[in-house]
Amino acid sequence: MKLHPILAALRKHKAGTVLIALQIALTLAIVCNAIFIIGQRIQRVNRATGLDESNLFFVSQQWVGAPSADTPDGVEKLDAMQREDLAALRNLPGVASVAPINSLPLLNSSWTGSVSLKSGAEIGDKTGTRTAYYFTDEQVFPTLGLKLVAGRAFNAGDVQHQGFRENRDRPVAIITRALADKLYPKGGAVGKVMYSDGSSAPTTIVGVVTRMQIPSSGSFGSDFAWNSTLIPTRLDANFARYAVRTRPGQLDAVMHAVTPLLYKVNPLRVLDDDSVRPFSDIRARAYRADVGMAVLMGVICLILIAVTAAGIVGLTSFWVGQRHRQIGVRRALGARKIDILHYFQIENGLIAGVGAVIGVILALGLNAWLMTHYEMTRMPVLYVLVGVIAVLVLGQAAVFVPARRASNVSPVSATRAA
Amino acid sequence: MFGHYLQLGLRSLRRNPALTALMVMAIGFGVAASMITYSVFRAVSGNPIPDKSAQLFIPQVDSWGPQQNEKGEPPEALNYVDAMALMRAQQAKRQTLLYPLLMSVMPGGDRDLPLAANGYAVDSDFFPMFEVPFQYGGGWSAQDDQARSAEVVISGQLNQKLFGGADSVGHMVNLNGHDYRVVGVTGHWNPKPRFFDLFSTSGFKDASDFYMPFSRALDLKARTGGRNSCRGSLTFTGWEDYLQSNCVWITPWVELDGAADVAHYRRFLESYAADQQRAGRFAWAPNVRLRNVMQWLDHEHVVPPESRISLLVALGFFLICLINTIGLLLAKFLRRAGEIGVRRALGASRREIYTQYLIEAATVGLAGGVLGLLLTAFGVAGVGVLFPPQIAKLAQLDLSLVGLTLLVAVIATVLAAFYPAWRAARVQPAWQLKSS
Repeated sequence: MKLHPILAALRKHKAGTVLIALQIALTLAIVCNAIFIIGQRIQRVNRATGLDESNLFFVSQQWVGAPSADTPDGVEKLDAMQREDLAALRNLPGVASVAPINSLPLLNSSWTGSVSLKSGAEIGDKTGTRTAYYFTDEQVFPTLGLKLVAGRAFNAGDVQHQGFRENRDRPVAIITRALADKLYPKGGAVGKVMYSDGSSAPTTIVGVVTRMQIPSSGSFGSDFAWNSTLIPTRLDANFARYAVRTRPGQLDAVMHAVTPLLYKVNPLRVLDDDSVRPFSDIRARAYRADVGMAVLMGVICLILIAVTAAGIVGLTSFWVGQRHRQIGVRRALGARKIDILHYFQIENGLIAGVGAVIGVILALGLNAWLMTHYEMTRMPVLYVLVGVIAVLVLGQAAVFVPARRASNVSPVSATRAA
Repeated sequence: MFGHYLQLGLRSLRRNPALTALMVMAIGFGVAASMITYSVFRAVSGNPIPDKSAQLFIPQVDSWGPQQNEKGEPPEALNYVDAMALMRAQQAKRQTLLYPLLMSVMPGGDRDLPLAANGYAVDSDFFPMFEVPFQYGGGWSAQDDQARSAEVVISGQLNQKLFGGADSVGHMVNLNGHDYRVVGVTGHWNPKPRFFDLFSTSGFKDASDFYMPFSRALDLKARTGGRNSCRGSLTFTGWEDYLQSNCVWITPWVELDGAADVAHYRRFLESYAADQQRAGRFAWAPNVRLRNVMQWLDHEHVVPPESRISLLVALGFFLICLINTIGLLLAKFLRRAGEIGVRRALGASRREIYTQYLIEAATVGLAGGVLGLLLTAFGVAGVGVLFPPQIAKLAQLDLSLVGLTLLVAVIATVLAAFYPAWRAARVQPAWQLKSS
């Protein structure tokens, strides 16, 4: 079929043509970017923390009238209180293991600093590597389900304790593989030393774990998200936090038993609804905005596609009605039904094609704009290509019903007045 | 004539039900998406203290230097030494330091378990500066700051829990094992965003439970319950060492009236930093900032990027819905070319045709607006899925949002109808009459 008559007809319907093309272009631009955003968010939400997240919960509690952590005497008292809690928790039926820990991945409450191969390199210096610290004890491996790739886990002899804001030497540490690769790109970090937080006392790396995310899930920690350092030290302060792993299937039962148990050990503490949380809740809260964004974008995309399809159906139906008589004439002159169907399909293909070309430009422009204003990366061309094919298919699908109706116009209508 | 056209418009809604339903739905969904996201955006980007936002300033002094600061910007809070020096200088009309406290409250008697309480250590100027409303009593005095008094201002909510809402001024409250005399009970006060503490919060938190004198909190060696950020080698051990360290954790605020005072305070800050350089404490040139509330909110990126992006996407979506509406209105109006021809032949002017179709479009817009309103109400209730509860709580369907939804729907549809109505008014009567 020749394109000439189609183009001539479109020239008579400039407004409608421009509107459909524009709508397709904008739909393509927005849907491409929205799906790209959805993809990115899903990728973020599905990142593994490095922990075995099932059967794990977290207790965060505060003591009332606790001794000061600034005096050696107070530190000892606080540590005794903490050990008492730990012993009680470890004896609770259904509990597999317990570790004191200052934070967990995705908890967004972190202690960050820097480690360096240079002695005395100050925090904030460009020579250091940023890291987040987990202060814990030798039970951390079974409790969190971390996987050691090299070296050894902590043993009871490694574990020290200190006041919360004290700065003690850190003789040993275990780091993540990501951090080990930064410090010792050639490998073999185990047994070597590093200096943490500008200290001049060396810290020996005794082990390397495959993966452990830092507590911060936001943009603040995005450039050192996998650089965790584990220090075998209980922190003593007016609050204490514990990670608890239960035996399979006992999570709910143990979580219910924890609050009464801790009150029995020492009633002078604050434990509220938020104090005992399963890890799944920590994860859900950390990624709430990402999941919400993905849902919003998804809903908008679906409605947008429906609206655009409806618009094409509406305008094409109108054109079919308007050209009723001309279609009859063509049929009377020997055009087959399929010719009429093809006419409308090709017409729509042309408009959608022009719309798609404009849409590609808009989509890339929108992506570039988002990149300069928000934390967005460059959209792979694949998204745009799939988007182009999608809008072309959408156009064809939408035009099919009115086009078929057009093809059913009987030749005899040519002889009737319109 | 308007009434008649309105009637015609309403009647024509029923004439092409499919086409009309498409338009109403497009407008409804478009306006609802925009309004839902706008309600969140409005909530997070508002001015928390409109009448004073231009008088309240947060001074910043670079105590970390170019090697360790964040891309040339001074730290977002002050260390103890600088904070105390700024306070002692008394260069502003009013001034306060503040940092968050996490404490526990013992309810009276021995009937209950302790409660967690979030509060702030502040100076006496805090209350008049930030216009804190009081239910009972008031803030403490500057003398109390000096005397390091064991006094406390509690929130109406905590007062409800502890004293059943009665006037508790003069009563004692036990915080972390120490007794404090209640001097005031605040009314509901929780500015959003919490501009005065963006160092430790993202700006959206439940209201604070108590406020106690800064000097008193220092005497207790109460650690900050919020953020603490350090640079250099961490060598301190006890509280005194911590106070002398370069860790920043205190937020300062000053109230300044007029440009002259602001310029004066800025000069003071620079001269303070210059003095520190001369004294050898800073090895760098003065690097200070003095931002007012709105500048500070902007600098701290309080509006979540999610909110901005979703607003943009929703606006784009609305635009597409409108383009769609233009096309559908064009189809709807021109279908009735014959009818228009008859009316024109019977003497109706172009202007009248134009008016009639614009009014008809307005009825479509109104129907879309009503649908949009329902969807908005539904969506605002579901905003909690999308944003953290602290922010979701702020999005509300109030009277202004209802009005805005309807107004936007009608105006947008009428705008979209300009071209289709103009085409309808240009219909040639003779040609239409001839062909039918």
